[in-house]
Amino acid sequence: MSTTDARMQPQPRALEGLPGAADLLPRFETPIVPQATISGHALVAVIAIMTFLASLTTGAVMLVRAAASEWQADVAREVTIQIRSTVGRDIEADVAQAATIARAAPGIAEVRPYSREETARLLEPWLGSGVALEDLPVPRIIVVRIPAGSAPDLARLRQELGEQVASASLDDHRGFVARMRAMSSAVLAGGIGVLLLVFAATVLSVMFATRAAIATNRPVIEVLHFIGARASFTAGHFQRHFLQLGLKGGLIGGGAAIALFALAELTGGRFAGSAAGDQFAALFGGSSIGALGYLAVLAQVALIALVTAASSRYTVYRTIETIH
Amino acid sequence: MVRFEHVGLRYGLGSEVLHDLTFRIDPHSFQFLTGPSGAGKTSLLRLLFLSLRPTRGLITLFDHDVATLSKDALSTLRRRIGIVFQDFRLLDHMTTYENVALPLRVIGHAEDSYREEVVELLKWVGLGERMWALPPVLSGGEKQRAAIARAVIARPQLLLADEPTGNVDPTLAQRLLRLFVELHKSGTSVVIATHDIALMDQFDARRLVLHEGRLHVYD
Repeated sequence: MSTTDARMQPQPRALEGLPGAADLLPRFETPIVPQATISGHALVAVIAIMTFLASLTTGAVMLVRAAASEWQADVAREVTIQIRSTVGRDIEADVAQAATIARAAPGIAEVRPYSREETARLLEPWLGSGVALEDLPVPRIIVVRIPAGSAPDLARLRQELGEQVASASLDDHRGFVARMRAMSSAVLAGGIGVLLLVFAATVLSVMFATRAAIATNRPVIEVLHFIGARASFTAGHFQRHFLQLGLKGGLIGGGAAIALFALAELTGGRFAGSAAGDQFAALFGGSSIGALGYLAVLAQVALIALVTAASSRYTVYRTIETIH
Repeated sequence: MVRFEHVGLRYGLGSEVLHDLTFRIDPHSFQFLTGPSGAGKTSLLRLLFLSLRPTRGLITLFDHDVATLSKDALSTLRRRIGIVFQDFRLLDHMTTYENVALPLRVIGHAEDSYREEVVELLKWVGLGERMWALPPVLSGGEKQRAAIARAVIARPQLLLADEPTGNVDPTLAQRLLRLFVELHKSGTSVVIATHDIALMDQFDARRLVLHEGRLHVYD
């Protein structure tokens, strides 16, 4: 007997508690829905690939969202005091006084006046080196850092500076933050749009692949229908089978995406502190999608499995409608 | 048991394939449904086991007007009918035993309650040694007998068989006919669609003859 023939001839086995050859009775062990079919494997592959792509998109959107809020926070955590050079006033004294006022204000982490040399270095790209700044009315800058979570009274600080140092002005970067917010919101909205498109494509491709897989099982549905199975019985069996296929494909695709994100997080951690790592972090924020990101990927896996199961149920009902 | 009144059937916008059929199938009766190829035997059988709806007329099955029944009610009604398809329609991924037991499984019977009954029936139709085999390795005759066993396992009140001897030699055809006669004696109404004159000559039974879509009954 060939291997194929041997497979086609499942062997009898003894039933527990019933000794003897006469008690060799078969059992109904085969699932109603054929399990290892080509269309089933193809469906798992489609679900795995689409879940992987959708998960990558979700992760990318999470990273963009985190980076955008990081950019905004970075800018919002810094204000600048500018001291204009005014005839008749000692700019160094004004800088010192403005720094003292700023340090006295509550909710300020650090006040760092830029020295004349540092200011010269800032202007070097435009004016070149060796320029005598004493001859030019170059303003001086004081960088004021605000700790995360702190909300200092910038209006009061602005008022105090205006009253005590006439040449000082406070720039809280409001316009820049507003533009940054608009830009990051646009990037985030674009990312969410792409995510929705990818997710819609995932759902549609899973639905059509499920329909195709069900179509190959039409003879099974017909036989069950003709021997008196209720539509709910047939649909229930198909739904359970396709839920398993959906979970299998989803876990393969989602698992691969999670592994990739975990690898990126690990690699990002190794490069932290290096120039490349810092540049990457400055551009894209962290390389971790965070617990929320991993949860979102898992939720997608569950949702795609449910879509697969629901599609199969709907398709079975539609198929039965067309039989009669 | 079955009553057709002025039943007509057409596929889509085509001409009628069955015209004005009026007849009855009584309980405990035996009849051959015959006629030339293309006369509409299979269409009539499909009307009988509710896989087609008539385009006109009234079909009453087990005292129910089938046009007014819900899907679930039709499923329940279908359980009282056994059908042997011309192409067997066994499920290739299930063993012979599982195929035959399927009608009992779909109505929710526990396997312990029917296992011995299925084995007994398989032995009765000569498939005792093939109950673990999958349909692709069964011969035409074995498939035919498995299909018949599946049709009768739930003790239907009406058995419909579409060319049940079309794929078997005369000796096996005779054996299968005896099987149908036995079922008839046990109380099942039997309708055998065939164009095998020799087979019909072996058993004196009512003949429903379809010719050009019209039915002629010879009691």
